[in-house]
Amino acid sequence: MAKVLVVDDSASMRQMVAFTLKQAGHEVVEGRDGKDGLSKAQGAKADLVITDVNMPAMDGLQLTRELRKLGDYKFTPILVLTTEAGPEKKQEGKAAGATGWLVKPFDPDQLMNTVNRVLR
Amino acid sequence: MSIDMAQFIDAFLEESFEGLERMETELLALDDGDPETLNTIFRCAHSIKGGAGTFGFGAISGFTHGVETLLDRMRNGEQEAAPDTVNLLLRAVDTLRAQLHAARDGGEADPAEVAEVRALIEAHLGDAAPASEARTPPAAGGNDGTDASSGGDHGGPRGWRIHFQPYADLMRTGNDPLRMFEVLEELGTLNVHCETDRLPDHADAFDPEDCHLAWTLELEGDATRDQIQEVFEWVEDECDLLIEPLEAVSVPTAGAPPLTPEPAEMGATTPRRPEAPAARGGSGNRGAESSSMRVNAGKIDALIDMVGELVITQSMLTDISEQLEEDPSQMEAQIERLRTGLGELERNTRELQESVMSIRMVPIAQVFNRFPRLVHDISGQLGKQIELTLKGEYTEVDKTVMEHLGDPLVHLVRNAVDHGIEMPEERAAAGKPETGQVTLEAFHRGGNVVIEIRDDGKGMDADRILAKARDAGLVGPNQHPDRHEILQLIFEPGLSTADQVSDLSGRGVGMDVVKKNIRGLGGNVELESEPGKGSRLTIRLPLTLSIMDGQLLKIGEETFVIPLIAIVESLQTLPESVKQVFGKLPLYRLRDEYIPIVDLAALFDRTEPSPLPERALLVVAEADDQRVALRVDDLLGQQQVVIKTLETNFRKVPGTAGATILGDGQVALILDVAGIARMASGRDTRAA
Repeated sequence: MAKVLVVDDSASMRQMVAFTLKQAGHEVVEGRDGKDGLSKAQGAKADLVITDVNMPAMDGLQLTRELRKLGDYKFTPILVLTTEAGPEKKQEGKAAGATGWLVKPFDPDQLMNTVNRVLR
Repeated sequence: MSIDMAQFIDAFLEESFEGLERMETELLALDDGDPETLNTIFRCAHSIKGGAGTFGFGAISGFTHGVETLLDRMRNGEQEAAPDTVNLLLRAVDTLRAQLHAARDGGEADPAEVAEVRALIEAHLGDAAPASEARTPPAAGGNDGTDASSGGDHGGPRGWRIHFQPYADLMRTGNDPLRMFEVLEELGTLNVHCETDRLPDHADAFDPEDCHLAWTLELEGDATRDQIQEVFEWVEDECDLLIEPLEAVSVPTAGAPPLTPEPAEMGATTPRRPEAPAARGGSGNRGAESSSMRVNAGKIDALIDMVGELVITQSMLTDISEQLEEDPSQMEAQIERLRTGLGELERNTRELQESVMSIRMVPIAQVFNRFPRLVHDISGQLGKQIELTLKGEYTEVDKTVMEHLGDPLVHLVRNAVDHGIEMPEERAAAGKPETGQVTLEAFHRGGNVVIEIRDDGKGMDADRILAKARDAGLVGPNQHPDRHEILQLIFEPGLSTADQVSDLSGRGVGMDVVKKNIRGLGGNVELESEPGKGSRLTIRLPLTLSIMDGQLLKIGEETFVIPLIAIVESLQTLPESVKQVFGKLPLYRLRDEYIPIVDLAALFDRTEPSPLPERALLVVAEADDQRVALRVDDLLGQQQVVIKTLETNFRKVPGTAGATILGDGQVALILDVAGIARMASGRDTRAA
């Protein structure tokens, strides 16, 4: 069982992701935007971070960069949720330090397949 | 895993409606394509698109994609934020709203409108089909590649040889070769050979955070090339990767221990295919309007704190009762403690009540936010220049009050724009700035929510209103109302005919309906106006509808509650002021007014009224501009009462507005003054 930090400004996406992860037995911490996510991350060491990209206050790419600066998150898997299927956007995520990405729309099965690639 | 997506759809719809409102507000505020504003608008569209795709609304997602692309170009400066583009986006917001409503209610948005707006957006983009991409299935989802060949299709044992040489930085993005190998292992039988020749010779050249190793992997089984590529998808730019079919029976390279136990026979380890994505939840066939609401988490925390206090108080009281049982001699000391405990309980209950009430409170911004668009549209149509200012949008009102406030406010703001503010030339001629000001402000005052609608337009001509009112027979020839009273006449039904639009700055239309709606919410509305300078409408509303301040009355053996707001005054009759009219209710002369005296016992029991004693106690109450004097036997205290409907448990009782439960457990009916006045006048005519 892992602790997963889910950061998304959309409550419905956050709920869906959180619910799916909890069903799979994981503990979930939620963040409303990048800024909130960063403070939640500092409060509790997560084993995996799943973050949206486009968010107010601090976007997911900046959050990823900030997390990588923290000792606790140097090697923690960080997945970005993106609606852009193009390689450019994915590379932006990689450049910021993300482990991988998950393209929206996705369903709970696709989410868990991706999560299981990094939570072992 | 099967998860019903339907459970998230309410939340998705709710936040999408909020997002659309936000888009609308920001679009209207979009000056010269301010990048921050554009970013906010883009983000709203982006969230709706992502959510719509996820929650099974492909068409909405597709539509939004065009909107999003247009906004993306605008924020990148590739497209100008010209007025027609902004108007198109506003129209798209409307279309989206209609589509979301249809998704919620199980209907269908007007397909012609959707198609037209979509075509307009595409034309704006100069792009034939921008929206198709939105529904591309995600690459990282574990779908099996259809065009992929299996390794070694020349008869021999099948499998792949993978040469994987990560760059030094690979692990710094949280990727871990070991985890990747574990995924590969699920696809077949995996043999791993590690190459250590790039390990530095000297310890000081060794950075433990770098990846110094390379691997050759042999995967036996039915895995497709796509499946393998997917495993390396996230690192393809961070490594050298070579995937080639295995040519012959693979012998594990010497020195490389297999990660898995020795394989059994070929094909025994069948690749685990992820099951096909479950059917998308939420067919769009949603029930009618949901009654969910969003509540600030802080409010819930406060509530939980208070319940905690309540539990402590309860255990204290339990303790006292036990002590009393054990040692009755300590009675006095324990009673003192009991009083303290009950005091605590009272405080807890009051706080809990306040805090539960506050949950129903929502910021009035939810109503106010529709006005920038309304004013933008109407002033555009009329050729007027109007600046709308919103103040106090975060003032909180009861959810029900807010839901019923929308229509009256739209009416009042529309009137202010339509008839209050003059055309620019007219304003200039009167020495005013060409741009008119309309202000919408909300604030709390004395247990009420006050909403003001102010304009600096031409104001109202009291003489003309009075003349109209005399024509309509609302004001008798001998009546001489003061200026304030005259202005309130615009709320009278008699002045609400359409032909008075031009005569009375158009404010006659529907103002009686506005007043009725607001009174229905337990509030009132007043007008102040100065010719040439503008008008101010003030709406006062109670903070909530489910609790009210009541006056307890004793009539016979029964206790009744009357809303405090309805009471004009309470008095003891003077015998000379009572006027008996044969066959009608007795009248009481209060100053210059005759008010019917209602005997509630008689009214409810439909018996003949008992004779009025010489010095009776009357409560004069007013509702819907009708006054009645209620005969009561005693005035008890005033208190806040929780209104409960009678219909739920019994049936509607004429003359009552519900019931409440008093401190001693007794049920008391809450009087409906307007209903009583109607019953009294009905009885009046019947008796006559």
